[in-house]
Amino acid sequence: MLTLRCPYCGVDADETDLHGEGQAHLKREGPGSSDEDFEDYLFMRENPKGVHFERWRHAYGCGKYFHAARCTNTLQVFGTYSAQTLEPPQDIKDKISDARPGWSWGTFK
Amino acid sequence: MSTRLANQGRLINTDKAVSFTFNGRHLRGFEGDTLASALLANDQMLVGRSFKYHRPRGVVASGAEEPNGLVNLGKGATFEPNQRVTTTEVFEGLTATSQNHWPSLEFDVGAINTHLSRFLPAGFYYKMFMYPRSFWKHVYEPIIRKSAGLGKAPKDRDQDTYEHFHAHVDVLIVGGGIAGLAAALAAGERGARVLLIEQTAHWGGRAVVDTPEIDGMPAQEWVNTTVQALESMKNVDLRLRCMGAGVYDHGYALAYERLTDHQPDADGPRHRLWRVRATQIVTATGAIERPLSFAANDLPGVLLASAVRDYVVNFGVSVGDRTVVVTNNDDAYRTAIALKKAGLDVPAIVDARSEVEGDLIDQARALGIRIELGKGIAKVKGGKRVTGVALCSQAGQGAVLEEIECDCVAMSGGWSPVVHLWSHCGGKLNWDADQAMFRPDPERAPTGADGEGFVITAGTANGHLFTAEAVSDGWAAGRAAAKAAGHNKRGGQAPMGLDAAEGPISPVWLMPQGASHALRSKAWLDFQNDVKVSDVQLAAQEGFESVEHAKRYTTLGMATDQGKLSNINGLAILSQSLSADIPNVGTTTFRPPYTPISMASIAGVARDALFQPIRKTPVSDWANANGADNEPVGQWRRPYAYLRPGEDVHQAVNREVKNARDNLGLLDASTLGKLIVKGPDAGRFLDMMYTNMMSTLPVGKCRYGLMCTENGFLMDDGVVARMSEDTWLCHTTTGGAERIHGHMEDWLQCEWWDWNVYVANVTEQYAQIAVVGPNARKVLRKLGGMDVSAEALPFMQWADGKIGEFDARVFRISFSGELSYEIAVPAGQGAAFWDALLEAGAEFGVMPYGTEALHIMRAEKGFIMIGDETDGTVIPQDLNLQWALSKKKEDYLGKRAHSRSHMADPNRWKLVGLLTEDGSVLPDGAYAIADGKNENGQGNTQGRVTSTYYSPTLEKGIAMGLVHNGPDRMGEVIEFNKVDGGTLRAKIVDPVFYDKEGEKQNV
Amino acid sequence: MSEAISALNGKMAAGEVTVREAGLRGMLILRGDLSDKKLRRVCTELTGAKFPEQGQANCDGDKGLCWMSPDELLVLVPYAEAAQAVATVETALSGTHFLAENVSDARAVIFVEGAFCREVIAKLAPVDLHPDTFQPGDFRRTRLGQVAAAFWMQDDDTFAVICFRSVAEYTFDLLVASAKAGRVGAFSTPD
Repeated sequence: MLTLRCPYCGVDADETDLHGEGQAHLKREGPGSSDEDFEDYLFMRENPKGVHFERWRHAYGCGKYFHAARCTNTLQVFGTYSAQTLEPPQDIKDKISDARPGWSWGTFK
Repeated sequence: MSTRLANQGRLINTDKAVSFTFNGRHLRGFEGDTLASALLANDQMLVGRSFKYHRPRGVVASGAEEPNGLVNLGKGATFEPNQRVTTTEVFEGLTATSQNHWPSLEFDVGAINTHLSRFLPAGFYYKMFMYPRSFWKHVYEPIIRKSAGLGKAPKDRDQDTYEHFHAHVDVLIVGGGIAGLAAALAAGERGARVLLIEQTAHWGGRAVVDTPEIDGMPAQEWVNTTVQALESMKNVDLRLRCMGAGVYDHGYALAYERLTDHQPDADGPRHRLWRVRATQIVTATGAIERPLSFAANDLPGVLLASAVRDYVVNFGVSVGDRTVVVTNNDDAYRTAIALKKAGLDVPAIVDARSEVEGDLIDQARALGIRIELGKGIAKVKGGKRVTGVALCSQAGQGAVLEEIECDCVAMSGGWSPVVHLWSHCGGKLNWDADQAMFRPDPERAPTGADGEGFVITAGTANGHLFTAEAVSDGWAAGRAAAKAAGHNKRGGQAPMGLDAAEGPISPVWLMPQGASHALRSKAWLDFQNDVKVSDVQLAAQEGFESVEHAKRYTTLGMATDQGKLSNINGLAILSQSLSADIPNVGTTTFRPPYTPISMASIAGVARDALFQPIRKTPVSDWANANGADNEPVGQWRRPYAYLRPGEDVHQAVNREVKNARDNLGLLDASTLGKLIVKGPDAGRFLDMMYTNMMSTLPVGKCRYGLMCTENGFLMDDGVVARMSEDTWLCHTTTGGAERIHGHMEDWLQCEWWDWNVYVANVTEQYAQIAVVGPNARKVLRKLGGMDVSAEALPFMQWADGKIGEFDARVFRISFSGELSYEIAVPAGQGAAFWDALLEAGAEFGVMPYGTEALHIMRAEKGFIMIGDETDGTVIPQDLNLQWALSKKKEDYLGKRAHSRSHMADPNRWKLVGLLTEDGSVLPDGAYAIADGKNENGQGNTQGRVTSTYYSPTLEKGIAMGLVHNGPDRMGEVIEFNKVDGGTLRAKIVDPVFYDKEGEKQNV
Repeated sequence: MSEAISALNGKMAAGEVTVREAGLRGMLILRGDLSDKKLRRVCTELTGAKFPEQGQANCDGDKGLCWMSPDELLVLVPYAEAAQAVATVETALSGTHFLAENVSDARAVIFVEGAFCREVIAKLAPVDLHPDTFQPGDFRRTRLGQVAAAFWMQDDDTFAVICFRSVAEYTFDLLVASAKAGRVGAFSTPD
């Protein structure tokens, strides 16, 4: 059972206070998008053993959605950050690079 | 015979006798006894039967690793099966019965299996019960089910209480032996918040039995001094009878505290499950002695050498008068020495090693004990208990050299560190060939959130079998854990231990080395599940080479002890059979809990009324006092119908429908979700959330809206009211309130975070009552207050005001097809408002109605219900709701998905009404039959029933369903499957069965 | 106005730790820019309480301010003043983007009073309630048993728990069961 720090209220929240909300950094495809792009958006997800970016909600706490960068294998958490961003903050990417040189995920590296 | 020795036993209080019963026999023990020691003190050697062959079983160990001594404990409301006698403390009035035998422990019919054992090898069940196929269901399974399981499930409700406790500590130390105590001392002195837990009722572990010196004191004295020092530290919490059950992600651990098992009359919870979050965990969980594999090593009277020693030293109990010690290491000599010093006979130490040297050997020799080197046990003699052993050369094939009479065999195959908690969350192991054991690899510890190890192992659990190493290792672990948790205060000194010099162990996995098949098929590995050396060899021979496969094929280690005694020996046999090294074969996975914990402790306080939250509306108390027959809707309990005396549910439902249609009905609609959406971008936002246009809704008006998920499926519906220029009130379904609130926040926070919109869930601020029927306006007028006329408050409008003395928000909306007002009042006034409506409505024939009447009335009107007409695969077009899909909007959630090929397919099943030819009610969920068969040979279908009711208004069955090309097939008759196998013919009709023009609701 | 009643109408279970519903309490949900001066001023004027920092609650009697999230505040006022308080906020903040709703009836406040009140809460919430970590002034939104709840300490021996009205009975019974089960001794320090 994980503990993740909610970047909005600063609380180290027990997993039972959180709700997993799937993959982070999905790009929405709306009307006018190609079938292929729309299918990717709806269904295609990363499933790495290693560095991963996820969405979580501090459901029993402040109710805010946030992002977590963590390793699905070692359970290391590289950081949690605001959901209101299109890519992970540089300091978190740097931290991942220190721990997992040469990592990549989607278009991030 | 096994008996109590006079004036011995460090843990028992001979001034306090306790009486207890075993299989109805009245026995006496002493305070401080375990049930195992008390039974042995009464010469009760036989405690149970093995699982497969029903072989007689005696106690083999003295702690949590015991595989045999499992009993039913207690009676009635305290009954519990499978309790280990070695970890059960006796108390006055304890009742225990043995299990897994019939008719009695002494004479068990199932023991016939032992004579059939050569026909019941590993994998027997898998091979035997395959054919003929029909036999499985009718013959094999019923018989196997009857004989499966160990012990009986309790029949009465558990009378005890249980609880959880959340603890957050810097350092959790599991194990109160000398390593754990030293770790607690080091961490405590450094100022860390420490929780030290010990599964038994005593501190000190093995050291206090084996009596080495620590810091110049006898071990017991050092333990006492250390515990005293720890108790005086405010930052250290010490817990006895508290077992580390499991280690999980990010420093989460479960500890199982048994508070009143040993004093059942005491107040308070019986068990407490500690849900610990620790920055660092020290596992000082000790080691477990391994049995040796020789023929008939499962007879009652064959015990681990350490257990024989424990019973003498701790409880003053001698398992036998004459004990043969058989070993491959020096430690077992301690048992011989302890027995001899207690005045008991040790006819021989049988040592598989050909050369030995060390302090303990010298001591044994000095006591005059005969030592047979290079020898093994060919077989143990006896039936229900040991009568002697036959000696052989360890290097040979089992030719008997000599027989020795004895009534106890103390065996030691070396020690295995308890690595369970280290391994639960991914800690890895190394094979230590010198000590013949798996031990934790500190370089590959379980990792926490910071990517660093969060478990440190210490003492014998870390493979340090000697006191000096163990105690200093414990201290170092405590210091390191405190430091990792940010506590760097210096101080204290590592304790110093002193050991007897010991020689090396020689691994012995089978005795004798060249044992014949006859001997190997009597050499037990798993005593509870009856797995023998020959079974594991057979598994290897048949290709079950993976240790995980071999385990499941043979059931080795799958008993309630989870292989604490058997796994390493079994693994070694498997690796020999495969001619592989032990580390290459590997271990099976260690899974929590360490030993079984009570189900009740996992539930904690969540039982009976607290099993789950039951949500109540302001009207719930009235409803429950007035015949409500409730149904669960999420965690709410909504009245399905309000039963009057003498009525059944169907009569009540029919009465409620008719009355609402003819007179006046009241529905408690408080559970419907109410979300306030406010802000300059609220209109634009709601246009994305709903398929239809909400931004154009005029202030004061209501509009029915549909919500789709991004992949186009219907997720919720409800009436939206515009409160002001920048504020909307969105009603959701009962089940949708929290979900839709989260859904809105999700899009606002994660996609359109630059839009200025706030959402608040005000569902529970209001009691909302639907006042329904031709007399609805009359009752409101009688109560007085605001103008509720058709002119002042037309259909699909809302207004704030007073109804009588109540602060009310009145919506002219209808889900029944009747004249209807939904009136929201503050929840604190809800019960009084309900009462006022009942009182004022009496002259208008008022009756409350429940959810079933609600469902029937909406179905009569052809209104869809989320969860009935929708199931996560249905889109608005399927329900002929195209009118609610805005064509003006460029985008809304689900719009893009509706143009996917399958969504736009004209062949989708669509909503229609269904009327059976005979007026009966279609079965819920029934499928409409089509011609032909599909590729799996199943009959084709062309539709299904989504809602079906008896309509009291139309006095016949009505249904809605999704049918292939349905709207184009009006009047056609199709056939539906019935549950009992027949079919039912139904005509496709318009889904609006009642008042199609809507004249009744718009008056 | 009809006379309102609170979710549990002031129900009490006395014991070594006493559990007591507070009765009618006025409260507002206020969402907006918490750094906005006008917003801070109207909140402190309404309650007389200092504006809370992240994770804090400043409460005295039936007035107070609790930090709910970076854009949400719980404003506690006497029950009878709640509707007026909403109007006051609306006036003060008119022209800005905010949301203020009276939610007095949507929730229940329950006091947990007594020497081991910390342990009663720690049996139910996955929160570190050690005196070194949680003190009067701290505010936490979390879970009690299976429902959402928030709490703060009125003083060293009293927790104020807030939960939704529909689960007030469940929450009350949960707290009573945990209080009745007695002391754990985890937070008590030897003398």
